[in-house]
Amino acid sequence: MMKEIRWHGRGGQGAKTVSELVALALMHHGYFVQAFPEYGPERSGAPLQAYTRSSDEPIRLHCGVTDPDLVVVLDDSLLHEIRVTEGLKPEGFILVNTKKTKEALRLQLGFDGTLYCINADKIAVETGLLYSNVVMAGALGGILGNPPLEDLKRAAEEFLSIKLSPKIVEINLKAIEAGFRESQHMEELA
Amino acid sequence: MKTKPTEAERIEMLRRAKLLTGAEGAAHAMRQINPDVFPVYPITPQTPIIQTFSKFVADGEASTEIINVESEHSAMSAAIGAATAGGRTMTATASQGLALMIENIYIAASMRLPIVLAIGNRALSGPINIHCDHSDSMLARDSGVIQFFVENAQEAYDFMIMSVPLAENHDVLLPVLVGQDGFTITHTAEPILLEEDEDVQNFVGEYEIPYPLLNLQKPTTQGPFDMPDYYFEHKRQQQAAMDAVPDAFDTVANHYAALTGRRYDAIEEYRLEDAERAIVVMGSSAGTMKEVVDDLREQGEAVGLLKVRMFRPFPTKKVREALGHVQKVAVLDRAMSFGSKGPLYMEVAEALFGAGPSMQNYVFGLGGRDLFPADIRQVFENLKNPEEMREMQYIGIRE
Repeated sequence: MMKEIRWHGRGGQGAKTVSELVALALMHHGYFVQAFPEYGPERSGAPLQAYTRSSDEPIRLHCGVTDPDLVVVLDDSLLHEIRVTEGLKPEGFILVNTKKTKEALRLQLGFDGTLYCINADKIAVETGLLYSNVVMAGALGGILGNPPLEDLKRAAEEFLSIKLSPKIVEINLKAIEAGFRESQHMEELA
Repeated sequence: MKTKPTEAERIEMLRRAKLLTGAEGAAHAMRQINPDVFPVYPITPQTPIIQTFSKFVADGEASTEIINVESEHSAMSAAIGAATAGGRTMTATASQGLALMIENIYIAASMRLPIVLAIGNRALSGPINIHCDHSDSMLARDSGVIQFFVENAQEAYDFMIMSVPLAENHDVLLPVLVGQDGFTITHTAEPILLEEDEDVQNFVGEYEIPYPLLNLQKPTTQGPFDMPDYYFEHKRQQQAAMDAVPDAFDTVANHYAALTGRRYDAIEEYRLEDAERAIVVMGSSAGTMKEVVDDLREQGEAVGLLKVRMFRPFPTKKVREALGHVQKVAVLDRAMSFGSKGPLYMEVAEALFGAGPSMQNYVFGLGGRDLFPADIRQVFENLKNPEEMREMQYIGIRE
């Protein structure tokens, strides 16, 4: 069964990184995966999408994702300019990093499917990070139960250690855990 | 046909895998090959290849001499110098970079220099565009190089490695272009199986060029002026070198299969044995098409796919054998030859001349235009009445 995730972010917020990080965690968990960004004229702050595919069969598709199972929004200011729910499967869900209430967001999105809200920026700042992408990865893992927290952390350690110092990697691992924990209370909101 | 692996098989397959983009896969192949010289100039979407490889060299994981030149024209000139001197030489480029290399690629081929090039296939200007099509590689079509187009990151890695002994085979001695679709493969992370460094090093072996320029015991003249009395014979010899490629590639592919379990052919036949309608294509879109073929097969439609991996030399006989029994064939080109049909169509039409199938030609994906399963289903649908669409068709275009 193929699952497709669409990540919405702005250039510099780590949408591409998190699409690969989650793919790596899913691969460690025994799934075939694919992760790719959508490239336009790249510049910091411009809206961009990245995608993660996973399946229990080898993935041969090499076209874009048009009707994702899940949508993750890293920055709620994008909701003004991008129709983030476009193509989202009716049985799928959307997870948004926002300070707003779920009701306010539902009104803004005009979307009556499953919606999860998390103030990931707050969690990121509390853990000592500028960006909330890994918090969202933790929350997504928590909601789906997949990839499990240990695979997410293993993937993050492997993936982020290429570019970041051990200290910063450690903070990222904490942020993933915090996002995961937060998602365990989100049922009340959903 | 795709068989669904069990959970245990899946975990075993993925335990050994690395999550890498096609560009990173090519760079890992180069790290393991450890060429002597790598003259290079960056260009999207090839840049992650040289960026990743440069990091390997900086970290001491490869001992290659990287020459940062001021243009691709110089990159190929330096590659020719290095290869003539007797060094194993590789480079990488895309689009305008390949265009700028072209005059020197003709020279490398005619001097019979086994230089391996990694290409991130990208549209040519103008208008300027950074996304995938096959126009850039098609510029090199008549230059005398061996050309591959790969489907995914695994093939990108595997073909970089196989290209080395193929290029260096003494009956061949030709440059090789390994084309991977820009962004779609160069920038997409997928699980790849990497072989052990030592196994790859043993597989490619020591570089032995028959007439290294720096061998002072056996002085030679290379790249001299050629008058009408010999030029033609030298060009004829280039064709003889091309003619040696199919056998040489078979040997290399057999050895590679013994090492890795992955056996590659110049073409890949997918559910063609009893197909009435078939599509021919090159590159990453072949993967998407396999999904469509499986879906249509489940609905009882006799459809199949022929993926062409080796474009030069064109495997004419194999294509004829694979498609001779098929009634209707659509050839999908990701490049144009303005004023004529697509370059792949021309080859397939020649291979099938007199063999019987009705043919259609489509152009798709120029400048990165995506090709979706629905588009492919429509091509198979159109093929039911091939006579109605004899003219060139354009997929997903606004007329």
